[in-house]
Amino acid sequence: MTNKFKLRNVNLWYNDFQALHDVSMDIEANAITAFIGPSGCGKSTLIKSLNRMNDLVEGCKITGELLLDGEDIYGDIDINLLRKRVGMVFQKPNPFPMSIYDNIAFGPKTHGIKSKYKLDDIVEKALNDAAIWDEVKDRLKKSALSLSGGQQQRLCIARALSVSPDVLLMDEPTSALDPISTSKIEDLITELKQQYTVVIVTHNMQQAARISDSTAFFLLGEMVEFGDSEQVFSMPKDIRCEDYITGRFG
Amino acid sequence: MKKQLIESVMKYIFMLAATVSILAVALICAFLFINGVPAMHEIGFFNFLLGRVWAPSDTPQVFGIFPMILGSIYITAGAIIVGVPIGVLTAIFMAKFCPPILYRYLKPATQLLAGIPSIVYGFFGLIVIVPMVRETFGITFGGNGQSIFTASILLGIMILPTIIGVSEAAIRAVPESYYEAAVAMGASHERSVFFVVTPAAGSGIMTSIILGVGRAIGETMAVILVAGNQARMPTGLFRGVRTLTANIVMEMGYAAELHREALIATGVVLFVFILIINVLFNLMKKRGQQL
Repeated sequence: MTNKFKLRNVNLWYNDFQALHDVSMDIEANAITAFIGPSGCGKSTLIKSLNRMNDLVEGCKITGELLLDGEDIYGDIDINLLRKRVGMVFQKPNPFPMSIYDNIAFGPKTHGIKSKYKLDDIVEKALNDAAIWDEVKDRLKKSALSLSGGQQQRLCIARALSVSPDVLLMDEPTSALDPISTSKIEDLITELKQQYTVVIVTHNMQQAARISDSTAFFLLGEMVEFGDSEQVFSMPKDIRCEDYITGRFG
Repeated sequence: MKKQLIESVMKYIFMLAATVSILAVALICAFLFINGVPAMHEIGFFNFLLGRVWAPSDTPQVFGIFPMILGSIYITAGAIIVGVPIGVLTAIFMAKFCPPILYRYLKPATQLLAGIPSIVYGFFGLIVIVPMVRETFGITFGGNGQSIFTASILLGIMILPTIIGVSEAAIRAVPESYYEAAVAMGASHERSVFFVVTPAAGSGIMTSIILGVGRAIGETMAVILVAGNQARMPTGLFRGVRTLTANIVMEMGYAAELHREALIATGVVLFVFILIINVLFNLMKKRGQQL
């Protein structure tokens, strides 16, 4: 088992507010790691520090060690290349207001691919990998906004895959979707772990239990428990984690 | 009881206020068409619109406003060529690149630009831009500095506040999630802004351009001072030209009978132009809402 991310004593502040306290964990490659916990516990904050999306937040300060394949994420690194390697899917589907094709082609074009043939290939492959190709292949030139919410989210996953990342970060990717779309995306995520390392934030306990290999439970900015999903959900070590999982609070 | 009375009285006051503005538009419309259309008819519709000679003091009088139509179109197009790139880029800068401290001064400055009276613009054009154009291009291309070129530059500056204001608002209205998605894929700030955020604001930016066209085509005082106002077919970028608005202002003072009516008919043409621009504007707005 190789580790994709190695986090040591990560502390993060939004101005005076400390959002993460001393988080240390290893995130396994080609596996699904779920972050769970009540709102405001720091799980989204942590996932966003893995591709430095927190840089967009003013007054955000981070200390500690965050390594991706042994390389310091907050060190001397090309931030655009980092984000190419660590893709992200957001809570609300956010396709660009352009055609389905252009949505996917934007990423590879950004990273210098110009040939029409190559782009066509990438678009088809990304849409295939995101299990949406069959639904959209006849209307690639149509606006992405004409798709349903679930399709839009799979398009966003395809868009993230288009730059061939190593890691896919997913910040509550199904919270805005209906159960059918959700189950499609869950199947897709399980497929994706063959090729990608997936880190997912979710509010849905069953979802975390169903799809993830490891689960980390957060509370008030602290990582309370981290381990094998099976173990975390059947025999949590920490009473707070047990309370949360069994629905006694949160 | 008393409350109800106040309610109904106020209702009529509001209605009256609304009626006044509608009435004003209706009256202007009626005035223009009642006075202008018969003249067009008398001159001949196509003779009037496509006639290449405007000679109200000849006998017989000749009223062809095609040179002025072209003049207005050329100068407006020139203003768009000058004003749109500067205005849109300024809007992008202000919305996405500007440091807050600079923004505090830049924003009021662009707004102030909108408040300057057009005669002041015209005077500035006459004193500063006209001599500059004369000295720079006069030797090579001829002309005395009062030209399509000069008027385009001046009008381009005058439409900046419209374009900047409306475009900036449109860019700011683009959901942040588009920007985040682009950045999260490894696109630089610049690429995300220019290739995702700005296109997403496209219909708003088009709206700003249409409003700018409306402003440019109706502008009178500033244009008169720098455009030369020769009532003849345009002969070159650095030669004088007369616009529809200038045509009316220059001759209204002494015009009588058919000449006067022909000038009002010029107003009708201008009015139709503005009407078309308004329709375009509304279409754009609707398209923007659909997206």
